[in-house]
Amino acid sequence: MDLYEYQARDLFESHGVPVLRGLLARTPEEAHAAASALGGGTVVVKAQVKVGGRGKAGGVKLARSPEEAEARAREILGLDIKGHIVHSVMVAEGADIAEEYYFSVLLDRAHRNYLAMCSLEGGMDIETLAEEKPEALIKVPIDPRSGLDAAKADEIVSLTGFAEADRDEIVRVITLLGKAYAESDATLVEVNPLVKTGDGRILALDGKVSLDENAAFRHPEWAHLRDESLDDPLEIRARERNLNYVKLDGQVGVIGNGAGLVMSTLDVVAYAGRRLPGHPKAANFLDIGGGANAQVMADGLDIILSDPQVTVVFVNVFGGITACSEVAKGIREALKQLGNRATKPIVVRLDGSAVTVGRAMLEEYAHPLVTMVDTMDGAATKAAELASAAMGPEGHALHDRLHHGEQAPDAACEGAN
Amino acid sequence: MAIWLDHRSKVIVQGMTGSEGRKHTQRMVMFGTRVVAGVTPGKGGSSVTFEEDPIPVFNTVREARHATGATVSVIFVPAPSTKSAVMDAIEAGVELIVCITEGVPVRDTAEFYAAAAAKGVRLIGPNCPGLISPGRSNVGIIPPNIARAGHIGLVSKSGTLTYQMMYELGDLGFSTCVGIGGDPVIGTTHIDCLQAFQDDPETDVIVMIGEIGGDAEERAAAYISEHVTKPVVGYIAGFSAPEGKTMGHAGAIVSGSAGTAQAKKRALEANGVRVGHTPSETADMVREAMRALRR
Repeated sequence: MDLYEYQARDLFESHGVPVLRGLLARTPEEAHAAASALGGGTVVVKAQVKVGGRGKAGGVKLARSPEEAEARAREILGLDIKGHIVHSVMVAEGADIAEEYYFSVLLDRAHRNYLAMCSLEGGMDIETLAEEKPEALIKVPIDPRSGLDAAKADEIVSLTGFAEADRDEIVRVITLLGKAYAESDATLVEVNPLVKTGDGRILALDGKVSLDENAAFRHPEWAHLRDESLDDPLEIRARERNLNYVKLDGQVGVIGNGAGLVMSTLDVVAYAGRRLPGHPKAANFLDIGGGANAQVMADGLDIILSDPQVTVVFVNVFGGITACSEVAKGIREALKQLGNRATKPIVVRLDGSAVTVGRAMLEEYAHPLVTMVDTMDGAATKAAELASAAMGPEGHALHDRLHHGEQAPDAACEGAN
Repeated sequence: MAIWLDHRSKVIVQGMTGSEGRKHTQRMVMFGTRVVAGVTPGKGGSSVTFEEDPIPVFNTVREARHATGATVSVIFVPAPSTKSAVMDAIEAGVELIVCITEGVPVRDTAEFYAAAAAKGVRLIGPNCPGLISPGRSNVGIIPPNIARAGHIGLVSKSGTLTYQMMYELGDLGFSTCVGIGGDPVIGTTHIDCLQAFQDDPETDVIVMIGEIGGDAEERAAAYISEHVTKPVVGYIAGFSAPEGKTMGHAGAIVSGSAGTAQAKKRALEANGVRVGHTPSETADMVREAMRALRR
């Protein structure tokens, strides 16, 4: 889970990292009040979006009074920054910046440890720095067992080459950031810029933090961090039912068991659809997990059938722990609950544990919407054909217009190379 | 010879008294895995009966190891207790730890992986289905009846794709199938498995299944070109995954331009590995590779 800047600021503050005061505002009036609360002097109004480059996009503006803050907030709220609509701003104290540095600590998947990076040249984005001036970026691996402690912070500061006078304070701040990283189960803590002010203070001016969702069980305080306004309503509904669902933009609703098999199913549908009119694709990722029972299957089917973009459903299950009989029961259960609201064809491919029973149950049920196909590739082709046919000539034309020149159908699966 | 395990390996189940642990211990015992002890802190001295044989439960892995001489531990404890369970196994001197648990915080995994590596203990997982050598040994949750014994080695980040591939190639059979797990930090990597299969005289062809996120497949591709002489066939899942969304597995995420399925496929193909578009097509490529060897 990625945090907004204001949430990162709050997290830093709660770990004792020196930051400037900053208040969240969702309306121009709130921005006025926030600027007044900060003393009525000069403030910076900053768009809260989870994407870089907001400064260039006009998302960061200086204001010398509460009235100006209100006006600037009015300009920034509602901006579209690289596809992210600005719903809130942070009104922050202004700083007298003398120097800008860079600091981050993150999970290094490849080395299975942490990596701290530091530079005297902050402010620009890290990818640019790493590319243009790799020698200016210090990288120090960190043993997860000891973490980023004072000794490591000291090593980082020495290697980076900070001025002697600032050394102790920067070591202190980096140690606090290391503590914040570990204690909040972060996978990224980035401060860019870390600044030195005219009067010699060291401050974390802008922060980026990602948290490990697997650690949510030991962080009840995270409950309010999730911003559901960004999520698709179907994703929220799925989450409430503990389903692992991601909304995509195709037409074939996919349900499967196991993350890898479901990802593969999306690809196989796109691969089958690449030669068909309209190039049908998957409408979602939905993993009902290992050992799923009939109710989970019914919940999943219910979510997918309520997606208006879905024209066909593809249930692809390999029963390892999941029994195919439970899947068959779930399909029957869901169709019974939905009654005549169920109007979309369902292509089912079952293999593995209890497959004979599962297939027999569906055959006996003989629901007009349900088609069984024996193989994964065959079932994907069937689902893609039905989706393509459902688009009709208008759908195909619309699709071609929307995607003309944008992306060759094969790019989605590197299919025909 | 299968890799890392054989039919003589004695196995401890940590979390055997819980519902998942009990269910899968039952399956392992039915298969013939030598499960000799369970470990559940606070339940030492009790026992659980499987197939009419009581298996003793100990409070710690050290006690279980001392009493039974087991060298392998498989972990089914819930995520909040996983770190202490793995540390217990490492400190007790277990040689192979298979961690099935899903949802372990990556900080915990990074810490116990570092501890395992420092002691030279092999860790598989977390968030993995374990490993199986059909007909000989089975530690974890892979269904034992999908495929017969044979000469294909399989390594996969995904459990269900492991099962799917075993099913597709069930008639040819496998030396060992290893599910390494889909978390951002895992103990045993594609490269570790490629190395073991290359050295295993019973493995003729290797299937490598990867997915979006990280660069493990790219590094494996480089390793293959330098160190693997046996034919390798690949499959990558996640071409349809949007950027920035976690696709089920905690590690399965495309971040910016990093971790894409396209990059992984290209890296493998650039190093002479054929990559299938679908699991079935991949299985056909494996069949061709096996046939070419037999000619």
